[in-house]
Amino acid sequence: MSTNFSQRIEQALADPQLRANFRGAMKFLRIKRQLAFSDEQEWRALRKQGAAIRQDVIQRLPELLIQLEQQCLQNGIQVHWAQDGDQANEVILEIAQNKQAKRVIKGKSMASEEIELNDFLAKHDIECIESDMGEYIVQLDHEKPSHIIMPAIHKNTAQITALFEKKLGIKTPEGDVDALIGVGRRILREKFEQADIGISGVNFAIADTGTLCLVENEGNGRLSTTAPPVHIALMGLEKVIPNIQVLPTLQRLLTRSATGQHITTYLNLISGPRKKDERDGPKEVHLVLLDNGRANIRQDEKLQNTLACIRCGACMNHCPVYTRIGGHAYGSTYPGPIGQVVTPQLKGLAEEGELLDACSLNGACGEACPVEIDLPELIRTLRHRRQESTSNAWSKEALVWLVWAKIHQHPKLYQQTTRLAAALRGLTPYIPSLWRKSRNMPKPAKMSLHQQVKDRSNIRKKAGK
Amino acid sequence: MPHSSKTIQKKQQVYLFGTCLIDNFYPQAGLDAIALLELAGFEVIFPQAQTCCGQPPYNSGFKAPALSIAKQTIDLFSDEGIPLVVPSASCASMIKYHYPTLFEANTNDKQLALNLSQRTFELIDFLHDKLPYSQQPKCPHLKVTLHESCSALREMNVASTWHKVLEQLDNIELFFPEDRHECCGFGGTFSVKSEPISAVMTHDKSQNLLATGAEKILSGDCGCLMNIGEHIVFEKSAFKKQANPCLHLASFLVARFGLQHEH
Repeated sequence: MSTNFSQRIEQALADPQLRANFRGAMKFLRIKRQLAFSDEQEWRALRKQGAAIRQDVIQRLPELLIQLEQQCLQNGIQVHWAQDGDQANEVILEIAQNKQAKRVIKGKSMASEEIELNDFLAKHDIECIESDMGEYIVQLDHEKPSHIIMPAIHKNTAQITALFEKKLGIKTPEGDVDALIGVGRRILREKFEQADIGISGVNFAIADTGTLCLVENEGNGRLSTTAPPVHIALMGLEKVIPNIQVLPTLQRLLTRSATGQHITTYLNLISGPRKKDERDGPKEVHLVLLDNGRANIRQDEKLQNTLACIRCGACMNHCPVYTRIGGHAYGSTYPGPIGQVVTPQLKGLAEEGELLDACSLNGACGEACPVEIDLPELIRTLRHRRQESTSNAWSKEALVWLVWAKIHQHPKLYQQTTRLAAALRGLTPYIPSLWRKSRNMPKPAKMSLHQQVKDRSNIRKKAGK
Repeated sequence: MPHSSKTIQKKQQVYLFGTCLIDNFYPQAGLDAIALLELAGFEVIFPQAQTCCGQPPYNSGFKAPALSIAKQTIDLFSDEGIPLVVPSASCASMIKYHYPTLFEANTNDKQLALNLSQRTFELIDFLHDKLPYSQQPKCPHLKVTLHESCSALREMNVASTWHKVLEQLDNIELFFPEDRHECCGFGGTFSVKSEPISAVMTHDKSQNLLATGAEKILSGDCGCLMNIGEHIVFEKSAFKKQANPCLHLASFLVARFGLQHEH
């Protein structure tokens, strides 16, 4: 991105259409989720279970991954480990080149966004088409997803109609969503038939059976993983779960939190390539296990719960900042609260630390998280880490807090400062501060509470005790 | 209940942590908190050596100053028999939930922090079942709206007691705004560091609160009230408001119980 975070924020806030699109869509999702979890007790119980399952996964991650690998191999799924995005891209390219593949169809995968797979394959002359409708729309407009579940949520129907006309030369009646979906479906059907390889993400990978679970609504996930002769599944390490018994809990939490659905239209359980007596399905299935910084996150006890995330998007739907600036402003693969926590950990606090400032610590994200990730606490912890790790100990802000601490650690000095501020209250209108751009500056009181209490005889003075 | 075994009935003592915001900008809310506590039969101790709870640097990423302020505050309110009452959900939450996380496990400081945590209460929550609701003087009818602060909702979990208290007042009508659980955009230093986002949030919140038609906007957090109130005054022509409609719950209760302001 050529612009910085604050410039992107300004741009987003200056776009009333964008803001209206997000405000409306996020509110709709919040209401749907609320209805799906209308039984407060059930929600709490389910959430507790979900959190416990994910905690267990984080604790036993290495052992579960080895078990997953073994079971996948037994099922005929070829397993590849990738330490970072480059390695994952290379692994996928190698498979594609071995097959002399030129056309790839891809189901929705945030991990593939993270490693920028589409661009990488394009550089090697391999066309990679998104088959999720939202992803297809953003790809058509050379954009990135603005939401991890609803990639094109920043666009309204009119904008998509115009985009289809411009890029595909197909005119559809104004406001006709079904017509737009019809266009996408027609084009994508051909792509499914022609594709040499199908790539997908993974929502959950079951360790003890070597099964890959894919949650989706459009059927594109099923087509991407069954129609082409080769299927490559790409997953972040943390998506492993121990067994199928824990799947219903996570599945219920995921779909209700994401879209308010009790169950999605499709739940794909993939346990290997086509067997000898079977007539369909891919001939080869590959699983690429992507680390890309995740193992490091796990090493940090205070931050490791970042990996509990099941990528439902509820935190962004509930975030008052995200709902106003939208996903693109963050400039990272994962936007919103989980993005503010993940991105600085994957890319470094020095590069991405400023994302942490766009949070009022209001707690709405943590309250909505279906696996009890204390997102505000993680953001706060990362702010502490940023400060501790910074070489810039003499920044303007550090100096402000140094002076602040001096005053507030000395009650006498504090009271003198208060009195001084009260004496100079007439100058309030001249204090320069960003606060003034949208608010009046409050004047200090003529007499502080300390002073007024001192004057009352009926309050016991127990200073120092 | 009195904790003294002396024969003369001694009033139960409570500590008041006034908060730096109330101290500097809204002392009346602090005096009103004292008046309410006294009305409920408590003797209020206000140590003059109190300053701030340390939340501003703590939330901004500066842990060291927060830690030294926490130690100082814990030391100041050290009598284990005396509850600490705070007229702000946000500052109460800092003391109750964040102080203990600042110290290493199994240390004396941690023990002291946990002890203070257990006896720290948000003012309205502390008082809600101790007020003389049956003795309300006749007050004029008033439409009010309540801003449930994020700390009251999601940290201290006291927003529901704020409702309960208001529901027991005579002659008021309580309205809730659209998006009632959404942040007002204050967030301490967030309102300066991320001013453009904060400003939009504050504007939406102010608009929703005013759209209820309420004459007063009530809350138990002066941070939110300062943010919302100063924005409404800033935009007074757009909002068609002459005066700042924001009021701390303590001050509202003092008026409804007919208590004289102390000065």
